[in-house]
Amino acid sequence: MTGSMTIRAGWLARTWRASPALRGYALLAPALVLLIVVLLAPVILLVGTSLMVEADPASWTLGLANYQAFFDKPQYVAVLARSIGIASIVAALTVLLAYPAAYFIAFHVHGNKMIWLIIITLPFWTSYLLRVFAWKLILGFNGVVNSALIFFGLTTEPLEALLYNSFAVVLTLAHAWAAFAILPLFVSLQKIDRSLIEAAQDLGEGPVMTFLRVTLPLSMPGIVAALLLVFIPTVGDYVTPKLVGGPNGLMIGSLIQLSFGQLDNWPLGAAISVVSMLVVTAVVCGFLLGLEGIKKALA
Amino acid sequence: MTRDRTSAGVAWLKGYTITYLVFIYLPVLLLPIFSFNDSIYVALPMKGLTLQWWREMIAQEGMHAAFSNSISVALPVAFLSTAMGLCAAKALTGSRLPFSGLLTSLFALPLVIPFIILGIALLIGFNRIGIGLSLYTVGIGHVLICLPFSLFVLLSRFDGFDRSLEEAALDLGETPWMTFWRVTFPIVLPGVIASLLLTFTISFDEFLLAFFLTGSKSTLPLYIFSQLRFPAKLPAVLALGSTVLIGTFILVAIAERLRRQEGGTRS
Repeated sequence: MTGSMTIRAGWLARTWRASPALRGYALLAPALVLLIVVLLAPVILLVGTSLMVEADPASWTLGLANYQAFFDKPQYVAVLARSIGIASIVAALTVLLAYPAAYFIAFHVHGNKMIWLIIITLPFWTSYLLRVFAWKLILGFNGVVNSALIFFGLTTEPLEALLYNSFAVVLTLAHAWAAFAILPLFVSLQKIDRSLIEAAQDLGEGPVMTFLRVTLPLSMPGIVAALLLVFIPTVGDYVTPKLVGGPNGLMIGSLIQLSFGQLDNWPLGAAISVVSMLVVTAVVCGFLLGLEGIKKALA
Repeated sequence: MTRDRTSAGVAWLKGYTITYLVFIYLPVLLLPIFSFNDSIYVALPMKGLTLQWWREMIAQEGMHAAFSNSISVALPVAFLSTAMGLCAAKALTGSRLPFSGLLTSLFALPLVIPFIILGIALLIGFNRIGIGLSLYTVGIGHVLICLPFSLFVLLSRFDGFDRSLEEAALDLGETPWMTFWRVTFPIVLPGVIASLLLTFTISFDEFLLAFFLTGSKSTLPLYIFSQLRFPAKLPAVLALGSTVLIGTFILVAIAERLRRQEGGTRS
């Protein structure tokens, strides 16, 4: 009995030593288990909940009634469309604003680039909530912009149009997510082989054409990463529309929260989440495929 | 290096970058500035200096509880996600692991799903298995979103290091376990510290998952969110925000110093 045990243990130990793949998977196991138990299983349950026709969790009558309920309400669909629209504009604007700064640090700072990067990303280590809230202080009725305008005599009445609209949401998000654009942009610009740029200039390209034909295409991976890193989380943002959005800045996150909170209709909230997730995936895939197409057309 | 042909262009770029820095810093700096303003309205011109709001902040007991709740979530989350990230990064950069590319992208999954959806999926999950909401459920959610950050920080550290050092230790008769602690770990240590700081900050600041997954206890972001509705509480919240700001600045400065010392000893 003990003999066969030691033989088995010996076999196990030998296999263990002989197989780096087995050791690798053993090291990966905790993280993989986490991913399966805490991500995959809940997402499956989410999809399951969205298909529940009756509120009683014990009943397993499945159907598309909750999806029907979502698509039957034009105002719900409009909120989802607006969320996608706002997130797209925010992603584009954030990348556009951050690109020249990342370019400057990558190409024209010759000393300690790290210090510049730290200075530029430092504010993003502070509370997201308070960064968003700061814009309410800036744009609000009694806020900094209005009180400054009145102080300098540029207007007599505070402007109400600054806060509680899509503009305020876009501006706030473009500020709040800037670090997610700067870092990937900087990394991709920093990686570019400088001799390629010199070669283009030696061959007589002007600075603008060098940028358009060499630097910009080579920094494309960073641009794509930055766009996605800003777009995906902002679609589902809840804090910003809540604090600075007002009724016309409502986004899908608020709707999901509402279904789980006041409306207490979990299956509907789950259906809205699944639809949003699918739409986000479709937009991202469409964008990446379109990019591939452009690349092929240019090549 | 070729001289820049258009120095005017560079000057313009520099000007833009500085303007951009102002755009990034201005809203954040409002918090400490107005935390000393002698008025409950955040409006120009400022009325005068006061320490009243800071005293009020220190006196708030709900805030102290929220602060220690946040720390007691963020610390274990940072250590757990960094430990998992360390194991996974070692496995993924190790030799001949089948499907390592696919697995690496699999670990990025929590980042490509909006947090609000992760939050409610976990809420449904906990609800179905009958786990009551508490700071533990918040922590579980935070480990999930911190793991990809930890993994990617550590992967870049593992990528840059010379495998032959490990092989040399093994050839000299060191066991794999001791090789890890005496060769691999010291080399990736800066990555480990960076991962600990990053994941701690993410968990400490995270609002959405905590919003859906907490029980009766508040974390600091939840506490701040609950205070934002009351204008009278606002200046004290500004003082609190400034404190977090200063704490973060100190933490990042320490991290940068450590990183530089590390660079200094090796060069």
